[in-house]
Amino acid sequence: MDFLNSMRYPSPQLSKRYWLFILVGVLCLAPWVCVFTGGNYWVRVLDFALLYVFLALGLNIVVGFAGLLDLGYIAFYAVGAYVAGLLASPHLANSFSTISAIFPGGVHTSYWIILPIAALVAAFFGILLGAPTLKLRGDYLAIVTLGFGEIIRIFLNNLDRPLNITNGPKGINNIDAIAMGSFSFGKSFQLWGVTIPSVIFYYYLFLILVMAVLIVSLRIQDSRIGRAWVAIREDETAAQAMGLNTRNLKLLAFAIGASFGGISGALFASFQGFISPESFSLSESIVVLAMVVLGGMGHIPGVILGAILLAAFPEFLRATLEPLQRLLFGQVLLDSEIIRQLLYGTALILVVRYKPKGLWPKVP
Amino acid sequence: MAKSALSMNSETPLLRIRGVVKRFGGLQALEQAHLEVMRGQIVGLIGPNGAGKTTFFNVMTGLYTPDGGVFELAGQTYNPGAVDQVVHAGIARTFQNIRLFKEMTALENVMIGRHIRTKAGFWAAAFHTRAERAEEKAISVDAEHLLQYVGIAKESSQLAKNLSYGDQRRLEIARALATSPKLLALDEPAAGMNQTEKRELQVLLERIRQDGTSILMIEHDVGLVMGLCDVITVLDNGRVIATGEPDDVRRNPLVIAAYLGSVG
Repeated sequence: MDFLNSMRYPSPQLSKRYWLFILVGVLCLAPWVCVFTGGNYWVRVLDFALLYVFLALGLNIVVGFAGLLDLGYIAFYAVGAYVAGLLASPHLANSFSTISAIFPGGVHTSYWIILPIAALVAAFFGILLGAPTLKLRGDYLAIVTLGFGEIIRIFLNNLDRPLNITNGPKGINNIDAIAMGSFSFGKSFQLWGVTIPSVIFYYYLFLILVMAVLIVSLRIQDSRIGRAWVAIREDETAAQAMGLNTRNLKLLAFAIGASFGGISGALFASFQGFISPESFSLSESIVVLAMVVLGGMGHIPGVILGAILLAAFPEFLRATLEPLQRLLFGQVLLDSEIIRQLLYGTALILVVRYKPKGLWPKVP
Repeated sequence: MAKSALSMNSETPLLRIRGVVKRFGGLQALEQAHLEVMRGQIVGLIGPNGAGKTTFFNVMTGLYTPDGGVFELAGQTYNPGAVDQVVHAGIARTFQNIRLFKEMTALENVMIGRHIRTKAGFWAAAFHTRAERAEEKAISVDAEHLLQYVGIAKESSQLAKNLSYGDQRRLEIARALATSPKLLALDEPAAGMNQTEKRELQVLLERIRQDGTSILMIEHDVGLVMGLCDVITVLDNGRVIATGEPDDVRRNPLVIAAYLGSVG
């Protein structure tokens, strides 16, 4: 009987590899399918979905693993974006004569230096947020983190006077695209008569970086540190009684989660070429948290699913709702943005009501 | 070597705590409480409800900050101000109301206990270094052994919350033992157990003692305390009213008065 079964079904090891192979194939081909069916717009949607996966994986470390409810996570994304914005644009040189004397054409740091700096600066801010809130749990921590997110945004909004550091609500423009040597990710590229658009280069870059973060996340989850975080989430007092230094472990979770946010922020800045404080509002923090909660807190595949669904869902509605209304009523009755918010809220309520552990929770 | 042999002298108590004071506002919970545990002993801490036993436990394991007192483990003072430092020094505890990591498996619970004796950090895990893999392997092997030791090896992959009550108590002991303690502090280990479970617990505790870990326990079950403990310390109203061998303590009029009320 065992023999027959083994003939009929491939061994789990093999089928796992098989699925991985298919997944990688789909991921590599996805942007091309989008280009040919819907144009560059849909590749942009994919790019943003990947950035959101990056963010959600970072937030999952703080909320999912360590159980620290963070409602201001987007602040770290903002910090990363502004690090990139300041270090790779003409802005600083325009507003400070001393800097323009050293860098006449503006500061243009390589992204391979900016990304680690963005990670470090964001991690610093993560610790800055974590240190005073170590004793807070649950709702209380959520309120403080919410305030922190707003503080960062308001700072960015107002740091244009007396010294123009962030250019205030006008934001920073002309941010460099990521480049490797002389090859710029920001321009389309001709290869054998085919034009490869810039968004596709970004897609592959983001895909590689998301894979790297995914691997790190998976390894951390099954490591001594990851276990300790879960123990703190489960029962902080008992974790202390087992000798865990909960203070350092929580700060580590804040720092690592924040550094993921910082890197994705820097990628966002280079991808958009323009950043302004309004990209980092409270609602963005909530969207990222919703991705983690909806997918399945602390379960990495679930979090990825949540991020992709919530990032692609609004775009999907935007593309379908207006044609659908024209078809049914002959005119557009409701703006797709309104319907989107309605459905978004309904979906979250339904998930919380019927799948409180998320769409794809961890099965022990 | 010579120095450690000297401090490991069997004359020095493993645990020596003197003059512990703890107040909660106006309430004097502990008043000059003291306790000694010699190497290889099982010491019982008993007393009527509200005597301050659990407070004493929480103070000596760092959960509460004491208002005074001297704390020594194996001849060296330790700082009960930080819980993790107490575990590092070599005291591991269990809780009166079981506090396991409920959503983690039995094995993972014990693996958490090894945390303090291992060292792989974030980078080691991110790069999956050879040392990290070896350490992870060692942690899970040690944890498996401990589950076997307390007799719940077959529950290894069950979530802690799904274990039976008795098994949860055993798991808590295994988790505490995983920190390689010199002294195991048990807060009412037999609470809620039936007679069979209590007998099995007694066997387990005897074995832990024989394998070189001393035990301090709070326990209400008279049979268990009398049968197991070498020395009993009795607390009443935050004061130590008697210390001695079980039979002496049992006949001590102060102890009888504390439990039953004095005559007249």
